Amino acid sequence: MAALAPLEKHAGLVHAVTTTLLAPPDREIEVLGRVPAGASRAQAVAHLRRAATEVRRRAVQTVGTAGAGHIGGEFSITDALVTLYLSVMNISPAQVERGDPERDRIVLSKGHAANALYTTLAVGGYIAPEALRTFLQPTSMLNGHPARTKIHAVEASTGPLGHGLPIAVGMALAARLDGSERRTFVLLGDGELQEGSNWEAFMTAGHQKLDRLVALVDRNRLQQGARVADTNDLEPLADKLRAFGWEVVEVDGNDVGALLDAYAGVPAASGKPTFVLAHTDKGFPVSYMRDDVAWHHKVPSAEQVTQALTELDAVLASIDTEEKPA
Amino acid sequence: MTATGIGTDAAAASVPEERTLFDCRDSWAATIAEVARADERVVVVVNDSVGSSKLGPFQKEFPQRTINVGIAEQDMVGIGAGLANGGKVPFVSAAGCFLTARAMEQIKADVVYSQYNVKLIGQSPGVAYGDLGPTHHSIEDFAWLRTLPGITIVAPSDPEETAQVVRWAAEHDGPVYVRVSRMGVPAVHAPDYAFVPGRAVTLRDGDDVTLIATGTTVVRALDAADALAADGVAARVLAMPTIKPLDDDAVIAAARETRGIVTIEEAMVTGLGGAVAQVVVENHPAPVRSLGFRDEFAVTGSAEWLLDHHGMSPSGIAATARTLLG
Repeated sequence: MAALAPLEKHAGLVHAVTTTLLAPPDREIEVLGRVPAGASRAQAVAHLRRAATEVRRRAVQTVGTAGAGHIGGEFSITDALVTLYLSVMNISPAQVERGDPERDRIVLSKGHAANALYTTLAVGGYIAPEALRTFLQPTSMLNGHPARTKIHAVEASTGPLGHGLPIAVGMALAARLDGSERRTFVLLGDGELQEGSNWEAFMTAGHQKLDRLVALVDRNRLQQGARVADTNDLEPLADKLRAFGWEVVEVDGNDVGALLDAYAGVPAASGKPTFVLAHTDKGFPVSYMRDDVAWHHKVPSAEQVTQALTELDAVLASIDTEEKPA
Repeated sequence: MTATGIGTDAAAASVPEERTLFDCRDSWAATIAEVARADERVVVVVNDSVGSSKLGPFQKEFPQRTINVGIAEQDMVGIGAGLANGGKVPFVSAAGCFLTARAMEQIKADVVYSQYNVKLIGQSPGVAYGDLGPTHHSIEDFAWLRTLPGITIVAPSDPEETAQVVRWAAEHDGPVYVRVSRMGVPAVHAPDYAFVPGRAVTLRDGDDVTLIATGTTVVRALDAADALAADGVAARVLAMPTIKPLDDDAVIAAARETRGIVTIEEAMVTGLGGAVAQVVVENHPAPVRSLGFRDEFAVTGSAEWLLDHHGMSPSGIAATARTLLG
């Protein structure tokens, strides 16, 4: 690490930051932006897969150099984040900067996946990629949990679990009062659903028939210390949500194509909020992390970072191969 | 005496019989309807507290803008933050005890840390629910909330001030907590009174001792000053509607110009008393006596009785003031 001059004021950061910088990544992440208009489904999927893989490449290096983070749960939610920001949502850096009231809203309720969010924001052009080098560093805008007062694109400060869904319900109610078609998306952890406040909000959203509200649960089956099922089981989760008045859509949450299809069908039922039960793996797709509870907030060694990059580069190569015309 | 609220048992009555007493909730209810007519962004969020917040007429006039989440305070405050994100001006109105204690983390993270424009209306705070017991008392709210950076805390002392504070809160961009009491209070402010946030009001001048009161205790301080005047003691009476930010200048002047300060609050003394003591000690050390509740759950009793019992009858306040005069 080296002390550097203040960073330039980045689009999307409320303040310039003066801080020490983490070592740079092997290559800086590219601002890929949204799926181009008119892209075929195959092209959209390739764009999103590439973006998600680039986010993971960058995020694992950030955690490695910062010496802290929640890489397992970041890798499980990355596909959902990328799909929303780069394709599904009506949102852009310009809309965020000017505070467009009609932008779609998103809340990352599992705020400990902040690094995945920040990296997705960089790929989407909301913050400068170089800002990622300030993650967790003194006075950085990039806290371990996202702060609304520090980053324009963050709609709500999160971190304590069980907060995002009630906030999202309020956002959806505001949209309804405005007679607006804008949508509200909230990303929840599965362990997080042990917080009772979620169930208050599930009830309210169902009662209010908020069909422009979409909650995705990152069902990676692991919480900080153990498997969810061994701690305080959620099942039968889909039945519970149906009983609360939600339409449930089950999907492979690490498959951007499946996520695209699920979101394309929203609202899944008129007069009902949509619950996307996204089956994921913590640590996806890195072999040594996948579905291993140790990787909630374990920090990869330099060798492990290298191995992760090797595996992720293989994913990138496969995307390139699939994209080539037969 | 016009019995407009609880706590009016004759044995405990400590104000002259001929006074007309007001329930400040009536002023709150009339004023929130007035501001809602003028500003369509204004909405109320309640936890099955339409009746106790006297919002029946408001709900009838603005059914869409009355969001009743049921008995779910965490949900209620989070929804308030989400509504503010959508450009609304939510007044979240609930019994002070449940609003602040049950939803403290939502107040901290969703509203204050996120700096959302949410108005928190603590109904029947302090010991207004007297004999319902400590579970229903909200005497901790000042102490808890004043630890949060960026919230304004106000306790109006009469109907006119209540109305002005509600109007000000609707205009102000930022988190505000307002106490609205159901305890009967007379009008204490002059007809030309104008509430200024963060400013004390000198209701009575004097150089011997200073009485600093807030909310329901202001009238008691005035009565105590009358009792002291009968003994030739000139007590300065400062109404301190804004607990945070505190009017440091008025406190320092009182410490400098009088022989000591008595604070009187329907709260734990770590609220107004703690705030005043810190300013005095850091700026102009002088004797301070704090009247209120200290390190105990209140015994059974009506609101008026409890204030008297805890040294906040006019004679009790006067007796404490005399201890500062040597």
